[in-house]
Amino acid sequence: MGIELAGLSWNPLSDLGQLTEFPFMVQALEAGTIVATLAGAIGWFMVLRRQTFAGHPLSVIAFPGAAGATLAGLPLALGYFGACGLGALVLSVAGSGRGGHSGESAVTGTVQAVGLGLGFLFVTLYSGQLSELESLLFGTFLGITASQVQTLLWVAIAALAALAAIGRPLLFASVDDAVAGAAGVPTGALSLAFLLLLGMAVAATAEITGALLVFALLVTPAATAQQITARPAPGLMLSVGLALVVTWVGLGIAYFSPYPVGFWVTSISFGLYVAVRLLRAGLSRRNPEAPGAPA
Amino acid sequence: MEAIRLDEATARRGSRTVWSGVDLSVGQGEFVAVLGPNGAGKSTLIHVLLGLLPLSAGTATVLTERPGSVNAQIGYLPQRRSFEAGTRIRGVDLVRLGLDGTRWGFPLPAALSPATRAATRRVAEAVELVGAGAYASRPIGALSGGEQQRLLIAQALVRRPRILLLDEPLDSLDLSNQSAVAALVQRICKREGVTVLLVAHDVNPILPYLDRVVYFGGGSGIAGTPREVITGPTLSDLYGVPVEVLETTDGRLVVVGTPEPPAHHHPLHDHGH
Repeated sequence: MGIELAGLSWNPLSDLGQLTEFPFMVQALEAGTIVATLAGAIGWFMVLRRQTFAGHPLSVIAFPGAAGATLAGLPLALGYFGACGLGALVLSVAGSGRGGHSGESAVTGTVQAVGLGLGFLFVTLYSGQLSELESLLFGTFLGITASQVQTLLWVAIAALAALAAIGRPLLFASVDDAVAGAAGVPTGALSLAFLLLLGMAVAATAEITGALLVFALLVTPAATAQQITARPAPGLMLSVGLALVVTWVGLGIAYFSPYPVGFWVTSISFGLYVAVRLLRAGLSRRNPEAPGAPA
Repeated sequence: MEAIRLDEATARRGSRTVWSGVDLSVGQGEFVAVLGPNGAGKSTLIHVLLGLLPLSAGTATVLTERPGSVNAQIGYLPQRRSFEAGTRIRGVDLVRLGLDGTRWGFPLPAALSPATRAATRRVAEAVELVGAGAYASRPIGALSGGEQQRLLIAQALVRRPRILLLDEPLDSLDLSNQSAVAALVQRICKREGVTVLLVAHDVNPILPYLDRVVYFGGGSGIAGTPREVITGPTLSDLYGVPVEVLETTDGRLVVVGTPEPPAHHHPLHDHGH
């Protein structure tokens, strides 16, 4: 895994030099930076919209998409983005019916189960190599190619530009759907657009963290940021910042340690989240007059 | 000038006629209560005025225009319980969304944009108007029902609308907050010259402030001053069954004999549409 090559010298400069010595690591850092920016921004809206449960099936669908693309000899990115885009459309159609959230959750569960099954089938058909399965589910930073980085960059630029364009009405609809709709915000179209953006973010994130660990970058930094501030603009930036820190530190530690990057990224973001929650609990105990006062 | 006018209006939801033959005329700056039992079509009237539900017969005008064409001049507060406790957005942000939340793109920082500074000032004015200055910068989910309701009224007011449509704004509040918010709405109505239509279950907290009431029931509706409409004979006519209106010594009105008296409070009522 390249671990044999790396040894921590505890000299920051030479360690940083080591980190960027190999192209695969430079590409991993580039891809991680792009993905963290995208996931931090879109994740912030997802957490505000309480759509974490919509993000999860998308991440599970990413797995058969990637496995199917591998099997068919297609680019991995095509599998990720195709599957997640399609999944977002299905979820959006399912969610807009009269069933509301309960109808959505039934469809979600059904799609998730068949997605995992298909993915497992594709991996088995491919060769049954366990390492392939593991990296699709739990992420890798070894296999990221320069062309993958480029695809990620264009997808991220397009998705963030779209998010900037719909940002304010999306915020309105996310917080107060009924009032936004009455004021003329096209809430249905925005909801579909956001699910598609979420699909893109999930697909991009899955290339780094694997299909099962996307929440480490999509949910945890955003949830941590919203614990820290209820202001929209600083919260959004904080979410991106935390996702970047988590990714960089996770990749850095994984490079020098025998344990996989997925574990480090999830653990660091989880640690940050717990620390912030404990800190807030401590603050509100000291100042019970204003629960959740730090805004 | 007439703010709202209905002539021989009939509203249907699917195949069910909610009400028919309703005439209503509301002048600019009047405070009007929309009363009646559950399912009688109080929220339906609001939806008709917003252009969300077309009339199936008769005509309706809002500010002398077709309903739906003047929504930019209407502040609307839909029926709701409250924000979830974990909603992490500040009261001022919510009010701000009422001002420019429908615009595409995202606002520039105040340091760069005079428009953003003007918006911030207008939001502060609206927050002051409803007396929410002390808690407007706290997350909305952490506020009490009365505090949330005041901020939502500020949100509905922030664009300086000429009409306010408030769908059961007092419903989730305790008694003291009910009368405080009712007094606030009346003050805004008179000081800003805004026409207010307020849907209510119980007329008593707002009775002293009302210019006019619209009472829905029995598949129709009747409008007039409170003393004209909330009387035994008028309501008996409307329902087609004998109805009595009793007045307590402190001036509260109690309607007796309808299938669902409006003076009764329903904490778990069906939101009826």
